[in-house]
Amino acid sequence: MSEERKVDKPQQGVFGGRSGGPAGSLGKPVEKAKDFKGTLFRLLSYLKPQRTRFITVFIFAILGTIFSIVGPKIMSKAITKIAEGFGAKMMALKMHQPIPSMDFTYIGQIVLILLGLYLISAVFSYLQQYIMAGVAQKTVYNMRKEVDEKLARLPLKFFDARTHGEILSRVTNDFDNISTTLQQSLTQLITSIVTILGVVVMMLSISPLLTLIVILTLPLYVAVTMNIAKHSQKNFAAQQKSLGQLNGHVEEMYTGHRIVKAYGREDESITTFNAINEQLYTAGYKAQFISGIIMPLMRFVGNLGYVIVCVVGGIFATRGAITIGDILAFIQYSRQFTMPIVQTANIANIIQSTVASAERVFELLDESEELPDSADAKVIAFPKGEVRFENVDFSYKEEEPLIKNMNIDVKQGHTIAIVGPTGAGKTTLVNLLMRFYEIGAGKITIDGVDIRDIKRGSLRSMFGMVLQDTWLFNGTIMENIAYGREGATEEEVIQATRAAHAHHFIKTLPDGYNTILNEEASNISQGQKQLLTIARAILADPSILILDEATSSVDSRTEVYIQKAMTELMNGRTSFVIAHRLSTIRDAELILVMNKGSIIEMGNHNDLLAQNGFYADLYNSQFAGANLENDVV
Amino acid sequence: MLKLYRFLKQYSLYIAVIIVFLFAQVLSDLYLPTLMADIVDKGLANQDINYILKIGGFMLLIAAGGTLCAIMATYLSSKTAVGFGKILREKIFAKVESFSLHEFDKFGTATLITRTTNDVTQIQQVSVLILSMMITAPLTCIGGVIMALQQDRSLAWVLVVTIPILFLVIGMTLKRGLPLFKVMQEKIDKLNLVLREKLTGIRVVRAFNRIEKERVRFDDANADLMDNAVKVNIIMAVLMPAMMLIMNLTTVALVWFGALRIEDGSMQIGSLLAFIQYATQILFSLLMLVMLFIMVPRAQVSAVRINEVLEANLDIIDPEKSNTANNEGGFVEFKEVSFRYPGADQPALNKITFSAKPGELTAIIGGTGSGKSTLVNLITRFYDVENGSVLVDGVDVREMSQKALRAKIGFVPQKTVLFSGTIAENIKYGKENATMEELEQAARVAQATEFVSGLEAGFDHHIAQGGTNVSGGQKQRLSIARALIRKPEIYIFDDSFSALDFKTSAKLRAALKPEVLDATVFIIAQSVSTVRDADRIIVLDDGQISGMGTHKELLNTCKVYREIVASQLSEEELA
Repeated sequence: MSEERKVDKPQQGVFGGRSGGPAGSLGKPVEKAKDFKGTLFRLLSYLKPQRTRFITVFIFAILGTIFSIVGPKIMSKAITKIAEGFGAKMMALKMHQPIPSMDFTYIGQIVLILLGLYLISAVFSYLQQYIMAGVAQKTVYNMRKEVDEKLARLPLKFFDARTHGEILSRVTNDFDNISTTLQQSLTQLITSIVTILGVVVMMLSISPLLTLIVILTLPLYVAVTMNIAKHSQKNFAAQQKSLGQLNGHVEEMYTGHRIVKAYGREDESITTFNAINEQLYTAGYKAQFISGIIMPLMRFVGNLGYVIVCVVGGIFATRGAITIGDILAFIQYSRQFTMPIVQTANIANIIQSTVASAERVFELLDESEELPDSADAKVIAFPKGEVRFENVDFSYKEEEPLIKNMNIDVKQGHTIAIVGPTGAGKTTLVNLLMRFYEIGAGKITIDGVDIRDIKRGSLRSMFGMVLQDTWLFNGTIMENIAYGREGATEEEVIQATRAAHAHHFIKTLPDGYNTILNEEASNISQGQKQLLTIARAILADPSILILDEATSSVDSRTEVYIQKAMTELMNGRTSFVIAHRLSTIRDAELILVMNKGSIIEMGNHNDLLAQNGFYADLYNSQFAGANLENDVV
Repeated sequence: MLKLYRFLKQYSLYIAVIIVFLFAQVLSDLYLPTLMADIVDKGLANQDINYILKIGGFMLLIAAGGTLCAIMATYLSSKTAVGFGKILREKIFAKVESFSLHEFDKFGTATLITRTTNDVTQIQQVSVLILSMMITAPLTCIGGVIMALQQDRSLAWVLVVTIPILFLVIGMTLKRGLPLFKVMQEKIDKLNLVLREKLTGIRVVRAFNRIEKERVRFDDANADLMDNAVKVNIIMAVLMPAMMLIMNLTTVALVWFGALRIEDGSMQIGSLLAFIQYATQILFSLLMLVMLFIMVPRAQVSAVRINEVLEANLDIIDPEKSNTANNEGGFVEFKEVSFRYPGADQPALNKITFSAKPGELTAIIGGTGSGKSTLVNLITRFYDVENGSVLVDGVDVREMSQKALRAKIGFVPQKTVLFSGTIAENIKYGKENATMEELEQAARVAQATEFVSGLEAGFDHHIAQGGTNVSGGQKQRLSIARALIRKPEIYIFDDSFSALDFKTSAKLRAALKPEVLDATVFIIAQSVSTVRDADRIIVLDDGQISGMGTHKELLNTCKVYREIVASQLSEEELA
């Protein structure tokens, strides 16, 4: 449940990517990467193939920013001209002289220049974002593809040790993060820095002293941010904790709704919820408040600079040390100063969390892979299905050996029954036979060839699996069965479903073979799913079978079909059967008794009964036991 | 979304104060350029340094006052928005807790969780924005226009031209962009789906050698997502540069036409400077407003989902005057009961009639979908019958309070659910004030003592969420102990021994027998060996009783039962 929900997050914002205003992520605790520098460079190396475009983006970003920064400075000339004209007019009025006209040609020229500048600036920033769209998305696409291809090469050990949610979250959430950063934050960072630098340069060119005053407000920005960040971390952590508790409680109560109702515990559940909710509220509004005042405080610092510029500028102007146009330009510049500073602080956080995301992705990419097939790997064209284990050792964890020195010899067409209590680790055998896991010592051969010398693809195509966790994908029934063999025709599929006794039920579905199985394939019953997987295995026509006889939660008539289909499927093939039916076990050439992951007894039915060990005990309780229970409920 | 704001009632005073504070803050922001114009037009023109300093000090005061107002407003709006979130969560949770299984299933667990958590957070976030920017932006816009007009009336027509252009550009971009945004989420979901399927089916994918095929499937989804993302970003790439261009050109136009006005002598230079600043503020506030309007539809989706929950009709409610059942001790009777899941063509249960007395064991057997679980869910009144009636101790379950009814029942569900907490807490869920002896007794009967005492902390062993740190069989035993500790009048075991191996299951049932001697017991089972000794076996087939009686009787009379038996027992056992 929780793993699904991680993915189920709302889509990214339209502007700025992250919701919560321009200072959205300020003050929130940031996830840090373990190796920031290394990961950052590695992430950047993904941009290499697009180097030219990437550099173009940067140049365009810089140009676009510069052109827009120059604007106010040039405009100040026009304003000054107007002011001069205005002053001259006043003078003329006082002196009762003919009123001189303003220099409209000059002002006009400047206006035209400005028009041009702004237009060019806009074009550059548009082009920059346009190109970046391609660069960023293509890069993320490539990374995602690389991860997917990596997943295909990873051993099953990797998947068994992790939840699906964990892996999914890397491919979705982490990539989401990376993609937004590449698309927006990176160029924003560039433009912000260029803006800050450009603004400082322009301000210096107007008045070094005023610039100094404005720059003196900088430490204030830093102080405000740092202080708030420090305070807010605590509150955000508390909020996060309460939120986690709340989510946990909700998840538990909802998944256990039936029990809560059955035991009449709704009120207690609500009381607990309200208590957590109250905590969340207290921590939440504090966190919200503290991060919320960043913007007003920033604006105040900005206004402080603005007022000082007005006053000092005004005083300078009275002494003729500065023109009115310059003051306006200066005001505009000092206003442009605030945003990029806030943004840079913000982006610094974003980049940190992006690098942390990237690190997680790279960790996955660095996982050790399955041993590749050797160059002279063999293909067995017409396998007979003779399986031998010779002195095989195996363990999942080194310190806990599961299988020691196992020797079995299976002839073509034999049935090997695997029995044992639930959770005895029967999948281990599947893992070894299909070489999902590598054995520690000894060798497994098929038709006399070590399976490590067989191409993985060829090895696995010798096997057919009908396991309890039937895997079907979101697609039509036809597609799902045809999965068994590449290029199977429709007739072949139908033939297979007939043999699996599945044809009839498929025909009764409204869309027949074109019925689309939904995500959990919950639109057909468990038993029907099992029939489909049998059909899939029949279509694949393997020489060795791995079957799970368990048919729990299948109604008895479907069960009869399933068993018929399985029996037909096993005919003439070497079969490893996770056995539940007495007849299968008794008729098996070899019985492997498993408990807690290891094989503890081995032999045929009579041998094992004679041993009077675990199997005999199991047999007596499970099968003969049916007669014993007259004295129980 | 507006509908949800009815819950803000208790915060109306706060909101009023917030608006006042924000208004004051906007005024202070807007007043600054006017003061600056004064510095230019009066201070500069008269070379009056004192005046400049005086106004400067005044400006500082105004700025500080504005900031103070903003902080106060932020404080109140944080409290309001987060409080609003709290109220919503509270209401939703309480509502969901009152849901019957029918309403619950209609929504589904996953989406209910999302609605209680993520959706509320989403609304809360947007509320914060609404309480700040959504209020300040229009105020700034209107205030800006008024102030600008005060500086000069005839320059205002520049704004009359640029504002519609601004809206036009935004409108056009969004019209093209928004549909793509919607598709975006679909593409992400598709990619997730493909990946999730690859992960869950990894053994099959590899066994059937379909790595390449799956790679292509993923690549298609991946490329599709990329194409869409590129399209979205290319369209959005227009927005910011266009906005900036419009804003800059407005300023340039103001300079030009302002110059003409000054030439006329109808405007002062300081006023022009102020006007330019007002124009920028107005356009910015409009931009903010537009951004908010983009965020609101997203919250709207959440609001709709929340409203669906809050407005769901409860179909199982306690009667106003509940009838208490007399003390027959768990007598259960079904009279001509029919039930159909909402929207289903076929009834899940059809004309079921039987009765079960205290001290009797009733077993229910039948295929999947035959209505076994549905039948017992009617006893607990998780669903209401369509026709007929279910009586417990002679009283229709619809006439009892749900609490009183369920207090009579010990229910062990098919899918075991444990809660995070200690083992003792989990068992005591059945009876809060249970003593240690009762706890141990329940555990003993449920065959849980052995594994519990094997744990280091024993009954204080902590169960992880979802019970992931105990095995399926152990979970099931604890779930049975939880029902036993209640000592209820009616026991319902819905396929509750499935995860136990035969030995344990047999031992458990043997220990259970004396415990439930006086109770009415229902057992749903798949295997004949579990049910063969019941006082009454009900064989369900497609929602109908196709046979009822003891094992022996049914073997002779019921074809469906014989089929079931035949599929499970070997011939010699049948004989």
